[in-house]
Amino acid sequence: MYLHYDIPSNDLTYAGEASSNVKKILVQLGIDPQCIKKAAISMYEAELNAVIHGGGGTADIVIDKEKIKINISDSGPGIADLELAMQEGYSTASDEIREMGFGAGMGLPNMKRYADELDIKTKPGEGTTVVITVMFDTRHA
Amino acid sequence: MKSGTPYLRAIPPAKGVPGQADDSRNLDQKERSKNMKLSKIAEILGAEILSDGEEDIEIESACGSDLMSDVMAFVKENVLLLTGLVSPQVIRTAEMMDIRAVVFVRGKVPGQNILDMAREKGIAVMSTCYPMFIACGKLYSAGLTGKGVR
Repeated sequence: MYLHYDIPSNDLTYAGEASSNVKKILVQLGIDPQCIKKAAISMYEAELNAVIHGGGGTADIVIDKEKIKINISDSGPGIADLELAMQEGYSTASDEIREMGFGAGMGLPNMKRYADELDIKTKPGEGTTVVITVMFDTRHA
Repeated sequence: MKSGTPYLRAIPPAKGVPGQADDSRNLDQKERSKNMKLSKIAEILGAEILSDGEEDIEIESACGSDLMSDVMAFVKENVLLLTGLVSPQVIRTAEMMDIRAVVFVRGKVPGQNILDMAREKGIAVMSTCYPMFIACGKLYSAGLTGKGVR
């Protein structure tokens, strides 16, 4: 199954629609709830990052029997120091974003925590692509 | 204080980190978390129920935070979220985490858009006048001491 979503820019109020839809589809497919939670949280964090830092972007998702692969791409400023950005608590988010409950510097660490595989391609000035893979526990399928 | 003794000493790390799973090993049976019905939680917090969930669910643990990414760092089951943040992202975070009940503290009342979103997703919403610290303390004292796994 292939899914595509456009992630709108700079509207944090309703960000997360794509992740919400993907979660619903995984529930309908009868995927193990723990695997759904891992995929939903990591995709939601990536989607929020695309809204907050990337000026919007795209989400392309491939679901097969064994796994879900989530590709979130933006054309934003890129991440200058990825190693630093992976540390818990490091954030470049604005005060406005922090007032909305984000920018705690937990986005990328949370993705790393929940994804079975996480691949980040980024370059200053050239945007960021995050690929999250979550394996399904087929024993419960 | 002896001369030369540094005023600030390094504090040895505690065994287990609060909020993490291994901490629960130190609790004796009396202190183990009690599951609590949502209706009981509303009673303890003197909370107004703004949106009913699907049922009077059993809560095993609670999480108090205004930072949604911190909420998502800990996996728990049958969780109650207490927050002072009023934003649709609170409901969105609850949805992603399978959190089925949210309490807004400090007397905050979310707007209709947030309540509609919660209703659509089957998430119960309450509002209590207690500040975060007191609300969490009341529930913890009443036995809701379940911890998340990081």
